[in-house]
Amino acid sequence: MTLTRRTFPGFAALFSLPLAWVLLLMVVPYAIMVAVGFWTRQFPLFYPDFQFGNYAQILADPQYTTVILRTLKIAALVTVCALLLGYPLAYFLVFTIRSQKVRNLLYMSVIVPLWVSYLLRAYTWKIILGTDGALNSLLVSTGLVSAPLDIFLYNQTAMVVTLVYIFVPFMVMPLFTVLDNIPRRLLEASEDLGVGPFMTFWKVIFPLSLGGVVAGATMTFCLSFGDFVAPVLVGGPDGTMVANLLQTQFGAALNWPLGSALATLVLALVLILLQLSSRLDRAGRIDL
Amino acid sequence: MTSSPIVALDGVAKRYGAFVALHETDLAIAEGEFVTLLGPSGCGKTTTLRLIGGFEQASDGRIAIAGQDVTESPPYRRPVNTVFQDYALFPHMSVAENIGYGLSVRSGRLEKTERRRRVAEALALVGLEGMADRRPGALSGGQRQRVAMARAVVRRPRVLLLDEPLSALDVKLREGMQVELKRLHRELGITFLMVTHDQTEALALSDRIVVMREGRIAQIGSPTDLYDHPATPYVADFIGAANLLEAEALGREGDVCAFRLVNGATLRSRRREAAGATTGSRVTLGVRPERMMAARPETGAANALDCIVMERLFHGDCLRIELAPEGGGKPLFAELARTALPATVSAGSRLAVHIDPDDVMVFDAGGGK
Repeated sequence: MTLTRRTFPGFAALFSLPLAWVLLLMVVPYAIMVAVGFWTRQFPLFYPDFQFGNYAQILADPQYTTVILRTLKIAALVTVCALLLGYPLAYFLVFTIRSQKVRNLLYMSVIVPLWVSYLLRAYTWKIILGTDGALNSLLVSTGLVSAPLDIFLYNQTAMVVTLVYIFVPFMVMPLFTVLDNIPRRLLEASEDLGVGPFMTFWKVIFPLSLGGVVAGATMTFCLSFGDFVAPVLVGGPDGTMVANLLQTQFGAALNWPLGSALATLVLALVLILLQLSSRLDRAGRIDL
Repeated sequence: MTSSPIVALDGVAKRYGAFVALHETDLAIAEGEFVTLLGPSGCGKTTTLRLIGGFEQASDGRIAIAGQDVTESPPYRRPVNTVFQDYALFPHMSVAENIGYGLSVRSGRLEKTERRRRVAEALALVGLEGMADRRPGALSGGQRQRVAMARAVVRRPRVLLLDEPLSALDVKLREGMQVELKRLHRELGITFLMVTHDQTEALALSDRIVVMREGRIAQIGSPTDLYDHPATPYVADFIGAANLLEAEALGREGDVCAFRLVNGATLRSRRREAAGATTGSRVTLGVRPERMMAARPETGAANALDCIVMERLFHGDCLRIELAPEGGGKPLFAELARTALPATVSAGSRLAVHIDPDDVMVFDAGGGK
């Protein structure tokens, strides 16, 4: 499309700000990050350089690979749990609730927690799972255990629980949208052709909702992958995730080049994931 | 109807809260019939079809299909299949997968080779042999329609339900598909129950038409029956077209009955329903536009109305003339052969229309709505 003289000023006025925003706050910082990843550090200073020492160190040191693998594992677990919780919920909202009013109300109740500070929501679980927390009080008062247990908090399970709670709306939203867009006629057609509700789900509803599954899983995975609050609040000594490592490199360890290299790796991982997910999504895209 | 009906509605009603979509209705459809539910939107025809298909639960009454009470059965346990208005093809499946869908489940499980044979057969039936691997999204409207038909008949239902099957097609295609539907009905030999708001479609295809209005059956009959002997002015106007004239019965003269119109003119009817009109009662007369004949004004032609021509519309095969009766009254429409009217007769001319007493339909007093 060629721009005519007449529309150009308007076009420039409209898009210069967002363009500047993207350039200054995204492209330039990413460029800096990638560049610094090749620098060398001679404590306490960094020198511009072009060498792969930082990457070599990350890949050679089991400390880093362990944390990266753990982060992948936790993110995957969070994604699977969020899907197992979010799908039935979205299905229930779309297909079981008949009243539009009740449906919107329940949907909002899933979304509303997003308006509460993320930190607060993570902190809630510290209160619930702690030794003198709500869960222990309940167990003790019902007599199921004699004394408060300290097994709930400060481990990877607590992290998964917390992250699932925080990110499940990001799973429910795309699932709700995609399920809500499936024409009811298709379900009627399936039943009309002698197929009961169970097989109708597996043969019609689920395949047509794959786009939402991919979108929700991608969001949940990426958000969990980059999280650094849950490890600090409810994760134990073996709860460190990649984002915490990054924080350390830029903070306490004062090793920006290594931190930048690590951040570039994380970015690459996430980008590969997004690429895969959009391919999956395109392969399964269907015109309804 | 001597044999037991394939579909029987017994006092079936459907209510949504205070709104009544279908009042208590009885309907029996014979095996092999092509029956059409005809009426304007909101008349209850689609509700009736959906009740039979199992997509709605009846508020009252019983529904039997092939002798089985299916009132409480879900759609997947009824021996009927539906061609949906918007086809409702599964977008993630190929044409062949769509058609074979109903054959792969428990209730209709078949050997794989048998399944493939049946799908191929159904594809051939609707003339889509080369399209088996296409996705519905890559098909034209007419082709989708054919896939929907094939998918619905492949399970060999006892009754095929068709919900406005041709409404999404353009006019030319629709006429072609009408012939196709008729052929399919003959070849398959199963019962067709179709919903439509298009009276020409209903007249062309049906063995019997069920005219519906405001959640009730207005009249059931063969197309010729409904056309020649409509029971109410509503049916007269819905099946074909009718000029409806308010009149007062004057009395009998032999086998004809005379009626006075609001402008003072007199029309006579020789039809059997005219005999019932008591002198002085208010009635509605119905005259089909195509049954009017042009006569010279003031020649004293029997059973004629003197009118002023208001518009002369050329319709290709005929002329459509809008007429204002002299002395007042609602305007009339007449359909005349092209040759029946000299070119000199145009807007403003005087024209008498002659109507055979056999063509003056009489509807009961108070039935003018």
